[in-house]
Amino acid sequence: MAHAEAQQHPVAAHAEGQQHPIGIYLKIWGLLFVLSTASYLVDYFHFHGYLRWFLIIVFMLLKAGLIVAVFMHMLWERLAMVYAILVPTLLLMVLLGIGALEADYTFFTRGVFFLKGLF
Amino acid sequence: MTQASRTSTGQALPLPEGIQGIVADWSSDQRAFKNVPWGKAMMWIFLLSDTFIFSSFLISYMTVRMSTTDPWPNPSEVFGLELFGKSIPLLLIAIMTFVLISSSGTMAMAVKFGYEKNRKMTFILLLCTAALGATFVGMQAFEWTKLIVHEGIRPWGNPLGAAQFGAAFFMITGFHGTHVSIGVIFLLIVATKVIRGDLDHERPGFMTGRKGKYEIVEIMGLYWHFVDLVWVFIFAVFYLW
Repeated sequence: MAHAEAQQHPVAAHAEGQQHPIGIYLKIWGLLFVLSTASYLVDYFHFHGYLRWFLIIVFMLLKAGLIVAVFMHMLWERLAMVYAILVPTLLLMVLLGIGALEADYTFFTRGVFFLKGLF
Repeated sequence: MTQASRTSTGQALPLPEGIQGIVADWSSDQRAFKNVPWGKAMMWIFLLSDTFIFSSFLISYMTVRMSTTDPWPNPSEVFGLELFGKSIPLLLIAIMTFVLISSSGTMAMAVKFGYEKNRKMTFILLLCTAALGATFVGMQAFEWTKLIVHEGIRPWGNPLGAAQFGAAFFMITGFHGTHVSIGVIFLLIVATKVIRGDLDHERPGFMTGRKGKYEIVEIMGLYWHFVDLVWVFIFAVFYLW
């Protein structure tokens, strides 16, 4: 029946877009649960240092990627749309870098200032 | 008065894919976003601007946290929950995360049933999403109460360590909570439209002449998934750092 309908309104069926089997949403939902549990366990088992950071960032980016790609349907959009949204976001890496540099400098000057106060 | 008949906007030529497709879409001297309803493209643009707002908050938080010489309060302990006489680290936050992810799952399915014109399932799933969202806001209110009343945390200082903790916490989670609350209201409005049959009968919405279509469920979904997306980043950099 679905086939017959599609034949009757080929344009309408195309225009409606973004129709995907329910299974893919359930699978991604399950994956997000697993990834959230994993990132919670990073804290629960008190991982430290670079391992902690690596795991947190990896789980964070995987979750973000799954949500944007499947739940928000980015996977099925045209590239002009995908790039218009994702490329400007990359600019934030510059702000992140500036923030880190500034923070290190502030921390250093505070260290010098408080050290001077001791003598 | 006669209305000019609308010429078909269907594509005469197949759209090229890949990099060629990007160049063709942007240089087409028409709308750049093909195959995407106008409202959806605008929601994406709004979400992009919102991304920059939340990123500014999170990056400023990183900057103050890295530059403070006082010890940062340990979020694992601050947000722990006492259960059966045992304190479990970050339990409340973990539950909030699962609640929000579940609401994203029900939202995604609501969009699917919406495009299938399954009015009842769309309505039920939208209500589930709104209920989970409201649960999230409720738990956040509980968390704020605990921090303000029992731990004495204020935006200008706290007894646990670095003064910047309160400012960053209330600003970031407050802004996110506001987004969730607005999302719940937005969900209830869309759910009402769905169950009334406004979308099936293409009734125009409030303050617009555009016909009601099931794509508004997807546009609503984009906003809701974005709220979940922001929480993923807050969870990682605020609570797990």
